[in-house]
Amino acid sequence: MPVDVRRVPEVQYATLEQQGDTAQLGIWAFLVNETIFFGALIFTYYLYRMTYPREFAAAAKDAVLWCGSLNFFILLTSSLTIVLAINAAAQDERPNRMVRWLLVTLILGVAFLGVKGYEYYLDFQDKVVPIVDFEVKPGEGSAGELFWIFYWVATGLHAIHLTVGIGLVLYMLLWPIRRGEIGPAYYAPLEVVGIYWSFVDTVWIFLFPAIYLVGRS
Amino acid sequence: MSTTTFDDTPRIEPTARPSYLTEENTVASWLFTRDHKRIALLFFASITFFFFVGGGAAALIRMNLATPEGLLQPSLYNRMFTMHGIIMVWFFLIPSIPTTFGNFFVPLMIGARDLAFPRVNLLSWYVFNLSGLVVLYALIMGAADTGWTFYTPLSTVYANGYVFAAAMAVFINGFSSIMTALNFIVTIHRLRAPGMTWMRLPLFVWAIYAVSVVMLTATPVLAMDTFLLAVERFIGIGLFDPRHGGDPLLWQHMFWFYSHPAVYIMILPAMGVVSEIIPCYARRPIFGYAGMTIALMAIAILSFFVWAHHMFVAGISIYAGVAFSLLTFFVAVPSAIKVFNWTVSLHKGRITFDAPMLYALGFVLLFTLGGVTGLMLATLAVDVSVHGTYFVIAHFHYIMVGATVSAFFGALHYWWPKMTGRLYPEMWARFAAILTYVGFNLTFFPQFVLGYLGMPRRSYTYPAEWQIWNVLSSAGASILAVAYLLPLLYLGWSIFRERKADANPWAATGLEWTTPSPPPTHNFERTPRVSRGPYNYDPENDRFITQEGTPHAR
Repeated sequence: MPVDVRRVPEVQYATLEQQGDTAQLGIWAFLVNETIFFGALIFTYYLYRMTYPREFAAAAKDAVLWCGSLNFFILLTSSLTIVLAINAAAQDERPNRMVRWLLVTLILGVAFLGVKGYEYYLDFQDKVVPIVDFEVKPGEGSAGELFWIFYWVATGLHAIHLTVGIGLVLYMLLWPIRRGEIGPAYYAPLEVVGIYWSFVDTVWIFLFPAIYLVGRS
Repeated sequence: MSTTTFDDTPRIEPTARPSYLTEENTVASWLFTRDHKRIALLFFASITFFFFVGGGAAALIRMNLATPEGLLQPSLYNRMFTMHGIIMVWFFLIPSIPTTFGNFFVPLMIGARDLAFPRVNLLSWYVFNLSGLVVLYALIMGAADTGWTFYTPLSTVYANGYVFAAAMAVFINGFSSIMTALNFIVTIHRLRAPGMTWMRLPLFVWAIYAVSVVMLTATPVLAMDTFLLAVERFIGIGLFDPRHGGDPLLWQHMFWFYSHPAVYIMILPAMGVVSEIIPCYARRPIFGYAGMTIALMAIAILSFFVWAHHMFVAGISIYAGVAFSLLTFFVAVPSAIKVFNWTVSLHKGRITFDAPMLYALGFVLLFTLGGVTGLMLATLAVDVSVHGTYFVIAHFHYIMVGATVSAFFGALHYWWPKMTGRLYPEMWARFAAILTYVGFNLTFFPQFVLGYLGMPRRSYTYPAEWQIWNVLSSAGASILAVAYLLPLLYLGWSIFRERKADANPWAATGLEWTTPSPPPTHNFERTPRVSRGPYNYDPENDRFITQEGTPHAR
């Protein structure tokens, strides 16, 4: 086995540096695409929100504010911890510090999903699940159901993205990091995962006020 | 054309390295390949299959319309034109040139050993086939009957076909587009050979770059749109549902926000192909290279601001109508610049009418006709009168079939020797090219007349006095079918029987011709050093200079 697998670029690249640069550009281009994907959904939401301001405000009052806020805090913190992991990868030859921060990130990611799951349970209790179990509350009219469709689609897609992120971090821990491929000489893959993770976080920064805060006062 | 080279420039000797075709021969070596050239051929097989599936649906449509009473049940007719649209748009036209010739030639033309992300490239093929299986499932189970545009609330509430499966197929297909586009953008940014500056890129690479930008930024809107549609179809309530205050027109806005740029996704790569073929067969540098690149990017950007011209009669405000009409006229400017430049590139050239050139000239003529009728449709008052008639059908088939498919076949012949290492039979190819042109015009020109007379699209029947035009159109369609099947036969034959091609049979200047035919895995023995732009041809004599700066003569 060659010891220094991590120092050989793939055949289409001249240097590892070029390979790392290219990976970064790739993830940014992908995030352009993702931004427009979520952007289209959020655009739709505000369009309806402007059309039915009172109905939406009435429906949004049933969203569980403390769950959303707690998750906001958890996810922002996880973006910090993954950056600390990348920092550690760039500085330390030994992987200990990087692995520790990645584990914290993983735990925070899973915690987000746990809180989200509990919130979904509360939503079921509150009868705000269109088709399955939905009760029209006073003041929201029939447009209130549109809010809840958006809620389930948006938070569901976000949770899927976060699950992918958790999978990526797990993969980094179980494969490249365990084989010693990530270190100060080359840590672009971890950076790519970090950029993606921060994007998932950013989506929540837009979803959180849209769902939980607007029109609540 | 036979190739001889000057004594001072060494011939490209056949190397000891096997070509990408012969390197490994197991099935697994194809299914798990990371070589962009093999993946291009895999895509080629997939899209050829879907081309003939979609073509079969078109054949049924034209058979039905040969008589006013029709041949098919009305509901079957609805399903056939829907599946024809869905399969031709997403499973042939959009992937056609980028995934095959783009995949094969972008790395070769920029002097790279592969695309930036070979595994993503392979994954794109698998995702494409997955979406293909879903669309075939929808087709076999009974197909959708909404039209390829899936307008709500027809698609969400009233249609009784397999709309969910068809919409999911389109949704999954989008991921394949996005992966391919992302790969091209990153590759063109990062993997160009030394000296291959942006203004030395072949125009085909520019076109693929422009189309990739459009694909990457427009497809996610369609993805979200079809996702919401699928949700609504699946659970019975959704964001386009008027019973809950949803807006069905919002579907149309989001759909066309993708699908109008998608028209340019289908035409831009074809423009790139033609910009390669015309200089080579006119032995002249392309006229206005910089203008061509600016026009490509201008079309790509403007394509995002014209979507509502599909909705002039859908109840948008008159002010929006005026604005979108004006913006649509703007797109004509860069398109016209391109047509002008192709035409001027022929001036005082030494033109040989080989098959690729015939296809390319056919492209220019049919694109011009399709474009000019597009201007008529961009005019508000005219559109109100002919919207939803065969005039629109004829217009976009001139662009999509007349232009894009011609360019696809042009590219296929032009690059066939490089891809397979064999020449093709020239006389048969010229015959097919001319037959395509004749068959195409006979099929679709009568439809302009029918549309002008008022024949509505999507109708399985029509008044008897329009039969003559419909019979002409159906007759043309059968000629077109022969013209499209012919290359399958003689190109297939050429793989086994035709003469072997040398590295540069057309005496062309691009980097792809400096590799052996067919190229070895990883393309280049040494990274090429580029010293000049493409298209260094000289109409006065046989000399030409490759992008590496070495002079040759035919």
